[in-house]
Amino acid sequence: MAHIELGNDLPGIRGLMAFRPETEGALNALAEILLRDNNNSLSRGERELIGTYVSYLNDCFFCQNVHGALAGHYLGCDIHQIDAIKADFNAADLSEKMKALLAIAGSVQKGGKLVTSEQVAAAREAGATDVEIHDAVLIAAAFCMFNRYVDGLGTTAPLDRQFYINRAPQRAEDGYLVLR
Amino acid sequence: MAHINVPEGVPGIRSLVMFRPETGKYLYDLAQELLRGESPLSQADRELIAAYVSKRNDCFFCMSSHAAAARCLYGDDEAIVDDVLSDMKRSAISDKLKALLHIAGKVQVLGKEVTSADIDAAKKEGASDKEIHDTVLIAAAFCMFNRYVDGLASLTPTDPEAYKEMGKRMVAGYNLPPRV
Repeated sequence: MAHIELGNDLPGIRGLMAFRPETEGALNALAEILLRDNNNSLSRGERELIGTYVSYLNDCFFCQNVHGALAGHYLGCDIHQIDAIKADFNAADLSEKMKALLAIAGSVQKGGKLVTSEQVAAAREAGATDVEIHDAVLIAAAFCMFNRYVDGLGTTAPLDRQFYINRAPQRAEDGYLVLR
Repeated sequence: MAHINVPEGVPGIRSLVMFRPETGKYLYDLAQELLRGESPLSQADRELIAAYVSKRNDCFFCMSSHAAAARCLYGDDEAIVDDVLSDMKRSAISDKLKALLHIAGKVQVLGKEVTSADIDAAKKEGASDKEIHDTVLIAAAFCMFNRYVDGLASLTPTDPEAYKEMGKRMVAGYNLPPRV
């Protein structure tokens, strides 16, 4: 049971958006540009992975499963590999650039001021552009919003993780602007 | 010095959205909807929630600018803003607004910190589901904006006068600044 009467049974953020369509549009448009826009040198999989990692750090079950399944879908890995990345991305088979961006995202999750010049320099040295550093910070920050929205209102969502894996291909096709 | 190559001399989020208007547009749309759109909460109260959360996130830029906007909107009651920022529980605001700010404070820590008891207390003071929703989403959104602004180390003016003009401009609405 969510903390407020949503008037629908939709899972996680979907139920909140149906309750308050006035803010739904702006939130989905933000997710779409951040995570799916083609004019971006970070792949969709890499961007979803940043969202997944931050949602994991924020202990948001719904977001880390939705976005973990999408990251797996785009990156061609299963949920166990995604779990392993969340638990220790430094040990994972990721580019040095992605590792540096995930380190920045991890700092953003704790607080903006925790991002250090050294972390930014390391990302740059690994080949990250200013736009990529910007996007990593903004995606991480945005998930600090989405996660709090979803859990702050006590939304419910399926506990079976396969639910999210099954839905990922359709969401990857539809994006965040077409909700069905 | 910001972590990335944003326009020089431009403060806070303004410099970031000028650097990356593709995402900035949707951030400003969201701010406009949350803080100026239709809501059972007054614009002044919504700006106060924003300033309160920004203070808790130690984001001086967002706290100062949204406090300035709130002071403009409260007019003769502008002292409320500084009262709340220095000691919310003892401030001269309604018990309902106190209960909502208490929820916003929980959201600032993490979504899961919000308890049924917090929600019940707000409802007992007359808060509607929509007011609780909007409070949670505004608080969550400022956990994003604050991290974005500080995570990229954007320019933060220290002179309080600089924020007065900003506050007036913000009252008129959140419009994307022209591209550099």
